[in-house]
Amino acid sequence: MTNPTRTARRTGRRHPLATVALIAVGLLGTGGAYALFTTSATAETTVAAAAQVDEGQKLFVANCATCHGLNLEGSTQGPTLIGVGAASVDFQVGSGRMPLAQTGPQAEVKPVQFTQEQVRAMAAYVASVSPGPAIPDEKYLTGEGNAAEGAELFRVNCAMCHNVAGAGGALTEGKFAPALNDVSAAHIYEAMVTGPQNMPVFNDMNITPEQKADIITYLKYIQEQPEPGGIGLGNLGPVSEGLFIWIFGLGAIVAITVWLTAKSN
Amino acid sequence: MSTSTTTPPSTRPANDPPVGRGMRFTGWAANYIDERTSLSGMVKELGRKIFPDHWSFMLGEVALYSFVVILLSGTFLTFFFQASMAEVEYEGSYVPLKGVEMSVAMASTLDISFDVRGGLLMRQLHHWAALLFIASIGLHMLRVFFTGAFRKPREINWVVGFVLFILALAEGFTGYSLPDDLLSGNGLRIIDGMVKGIPVIGTWISYLLFGGEFPGTDIVGRLYTLHILLLPAIVVAAIGVHMVLLIVNKHTQFAGPGRTNDNVVGVPIMPVFAAKAGGFFFIVFGVLVLIASLVQINPIWVYGPYDPSPVSAGTQPDWYIGFADGALRLVPPGWEFELLGFTVSMNILVPIVVLGLFIVVVMLYPFFEAWVTGDKREHHIADRPRNAPMRTAIGAAGVTFYSVLFFAASSDLIATHFRLSIEWVTHVLQALLFIGPILAGVITHRICIALQKKDREIALHGFESGRIVRLPGGEYIEVHEQLDDYERWKLVSYEDYKPLMVRPDARGRISPLERVRAVVSRAFFEDRITPVTRTEIEAAKHDSH
Amino acid sequence: MANDTDTGTPSTAVEPYAPSAGIAVVNDDAIPNPGFPPERPRVTDLDPAVEQQQERRVAAWFLLSIVGTVVAIVAYIVFPITPGDQGSVRLNNLFLGLGIALALLSIGLGAVHWSKSLMEGHDLVELRHGTRGSDATRAKAVEVFQLGNKESGFTRRKLIRNSLIGALVVSPLPAVMLFRDLAPAEDPVGLLKHTLWEEGTRLTKDPTGVPIRAADVTLGSVFHVIPENLAESEHPLEEKAKAAVLLMRLDPEQLQISAGREDWHYDGIVAYSKICTHVGCPVALYEQHTHHLLCPCHQSQFDITREAAVIFGPAKRPLPQLPITVDDEGYLVARSDFNEPVGPSFWERSL
Repeated sequence: MTNPTRTARRTGRRHPLATVALIAVGLLGTGGAYALFTTSATAETTVAAAAQVDEGQKLFVANCATCHGLNLEGSTQGPTLIGVGAASVDFQVGSGRMPLAQTGPQAEVKPVQFTQEQVRAMAAYVASVSPGPAIPDEKYLTGEGNAAEGAELFRVNCAMCHNVAGAGGALTEGKFAPALNDVSAAHIYEAMVTGPQNMPVFNDMNITPEQKADIITYLKYIQEQPEPGGIGLGNLGPVSEGLFIWIFGLGAIVAITVWLTAKSN
Repeated sequence: MSTSTTTPPSTRPANDPPVGRGMRFTGWAANYIDERTSLSGMVKELGRKIFPDHWSFMLGEVALYSFVVILLSGTFLTFFFQASMAEVEYEGSYVPLKGVEMSVAMASTLDISFDVRGGLLMRQLHHWAALLFIASIGLHMLRVFFTGAFRKPREINWVVGFVLFILALAEGFTGYSLPDDLLSGNGLRIIDGMVKGIPVIGTWISYLLFGGEFPGTDIVGRLYTLHILLLPAIVVAAIGVHMVLLIVNKHTQFAGPGRTNDNVVGVPIMPVFAAKAGGFFFIVFGVLVLIASLVQINPIWVYGPYDPSPVSAGTQPDWYIGFADGALRLVPPGWEFELLGFTVSMNILVPIVVLGLFIVVVMLYPFFEAWVTGDKREHHIADRPRNAPMRTAIGAAGVTFYSVLFFAASSDLIATHFRLSIEWVTHVLQALLFIGPILAGVITHRICIALQKKDREIALHGFESGRIVRLPGGEYIEVHEQLDDYERWKLVSYEDYKPLMVRPDARGRISPLERVRAVVSRAFFEDRITPVTRTEIEAAKHDSH
Repeated sequence: MANDTDTGTPSTAVEPYAPSAGIAVVNDDAIPNPGFPPERPRVTDLDPAVEQQQERRVAAWFLLSIVGTVVAIVAYIVFPITPGDQGSVRLNNLFLGLGIALALLSIGLGAVHWSKSLMEGHDLVELRHGTRGSDATRAKAVEVFQLGNKESGFTRRKLIRNSLIGALVVSPLPAVMLFRDLAPAEDPVGLLKHTLWEEGTRLTKDPTGVPIRAADVTLGSVFHVIPENLAESEHPLEEKAKAAVLLMRLDPEQLQISAGREDWHYDGIVAYSKICTHVGCPVALYEQHTHHLLCPCHQSQFDITREAAVIFGPAKRPLPQLPITVDDEGYLVARSDFNEPVGPSFWERSL
């Protein structure tokens, strides 16, 4: 029962693309269900503020004291905040790392729980209890420093963890240095000066404020400038380039060879 | 040695093109050349040579054409690149490196990227073409392996091809080390560390290679000589040998109706194959240029000039050197000892030896299989992989081994992307290095045999057509449609081997090698599905619905 | 079953060439080859209107290629590079590349389309002739060598033959010897055992060369360090590849100090070679709480509380420690050079 002008189907009753369709349905189904059923909950506290420090204390007692102690002395759940300074608070709370939602190798960026005023209030309170690194002056955050010197400093001091393009990198035991492509200038400065978690401290004698401004200038430069060569593939280097050539390059070319050698109609 | 071509009757009336001015010029030119070079002989021999038409036979062409793209783009680059390690202050237009001290090699690469129109395009084209070159060689080797196209008379061509693969790796490595940037410089540092670990002569080889202490001021110039002169010359010569052997042996073909071990069925070089192959060259070239214009590769300006102090997270070599980097990463701690005061670095030697053995096994596989089967006939029909289950299983095991090493090179990126610890990733890969190939081999072997069983079923009983018929007695059956002879031929026309029966030689002895051969041939061929025979077909025809 | 031809006089009776099939099963009951299936003509073979249409399509591809070439040339002129503007580089790259890609792809696609739809599409058959030369040819080849041997006396004149082989074998040796001067005259092993560090050399910041006070190094800090005389040295990069150092401060209680190294640290400030003892990458990832040092190349890990002992990864030896102290102005200085070679292992390392 073969039709000479039509290629008979060799797979019998099943359509050749049935397997592909089934897999696609399965993937879309599970992916869609996951997206549908996971929600992200955000809590919002709005507090009318009196003095900034008072407000900060109230916020602190409500949100931080359980782990960090009512007098910043720390507890088994969280380290002491004596000497961490306003910069630490602005960084940790302002990036959403704090309050910590779950245990893990490190605190991770998640949706910020507080407004900028609230963050500054808590920072002011912590700084009032014991002094530490301050929130950086605006003049270091403008991105008008020397990008070339900043780049050199970045390569020597930062690239080994954060990658030369700030794409992030692995540390030991599940920790990682995050990507820097959408971190604000203030947070970059504060992270350098406070050394959050396992990041070392880069105090102002090690990297001076002007040098920090240069590093911020460099990071802003690569954040804002378009990649000259085209799509950057995440700036992850030869691994992503190799995957790209095998999957898309060879893939496209093999598809073309199948077309090329197929008998024409 | 004339080629005979039998043409089935054409459905179109013959069209002789009219002789115009162009044709007259061509005729004059052809005559001029022939009277001086005997070219007509070659045209006669090769012009209507037949090439079988299967997509998997084009993978070698992908390699060849990407090599041509590499040569063309590389030639452009040599007009602008300067392979000197003299220190200079960068004065080009890339802002974050202005005023920075770097080698002339790096500065000229930056100039190509930022101050020459089309320079970045050519650089990216060159590098993407190199990645595709080696990837297509790999895929081509896999095709040749899994279809058994390395069997007699093509064993020598397999070795030549293997040598080309190694040369391509060397070309790639020397090439990406030329800009003297932080990423490739750290790669050279690793090579230096490995070389120093070689017993007895290591420190001296390192010293000679780098012209003194690492990094020295000679290495980029020396790699340049290798990259644009020595290695390409050997590659071109080896490609020549590879092509000549291909023409002499003619290409293999898959089994099919009308195709035998003694003929080649396909399209003639002129005009169809020339059009397809020539067109494919433009397509490969075009795809590479498309990629080079859309996707960035090796942004050396972000890495900056090489300095022994900084390093980037995510330091990996180009993908084709990944298996070597991965091998280094998987060594457990502490593999080094002292022998009579001399330091023996097993953490370097073991990866080198293991990788060396691996590639030697790859090179020698055709000879191994020929020894097992003892089959000295010429083979021009390409196997379907399922019909050589043990060979396919060994290939799958080899691919798995290589892949584990390859993924090990990106262990830190796997850790960050999948939120795992690098220690866990490393341990899993260490285990997979041993378990993976064995599992892959066993599973593949069983899958091949299962597929052969399915083929046998279809050949004998036809395929399920989806029509359910109710018989008068009430039972339901599914109607099977028989294959016609042409379709069935592919399923039944494969080589069958049986395990060796060991027999004493003329002196009544059985050599240990023969015993080993018997054991190996049992592993290869004991579990096998024999091809369907004529009697079985006749019997099935009587029994079928 | 191999066919051996005796050397000597060409034999007249030659065994027919029948290569062994080894353990292959040669089956008489095999299904025979059914021969070629019936031809299936293409639409372009049957319908002249479709043939015309395809011809126009092929030509369209080639014309599109010309468009692409023009786009490329125009893009080269219309998208120049403005120094300092990376966007202009991106545009130049993109449009020049797209133009060239269009030009090339269109020629290729047109040529392939032409061959598939319009060119004579029937499969043709070419016979293979065994790769092995015919017996007559092989006999002639053997005769060539036999005559060559006889007329030159190669096998007969053993003295000539052996002395020729001897000469040829040794003649490449000077070529090997010529490459000795790839490297300078010094002994590489001696060079590997010394760095720029010596007693009193100040620790300075990399890359600025500014000296470091002990008081600057606070708990949790990491400083990237080079010796103060690096910039003036004759071979700065080569010296840096041995002298790069990492400086950290820990609580002295946390340091487990072995005998003889009690004065190598200064109040918890320790200095270790930055060059990995595996294959030489800079070990620079310092985790200030775990006190682990991670090398990004092959993930060797070193524990700073235990004198940089290896805790993971392919390295074997701990990072060499630089003994440090403070000079009378409070700046950190080295007490001496490292007491062992830095960096990757080599054969003569312990001698």
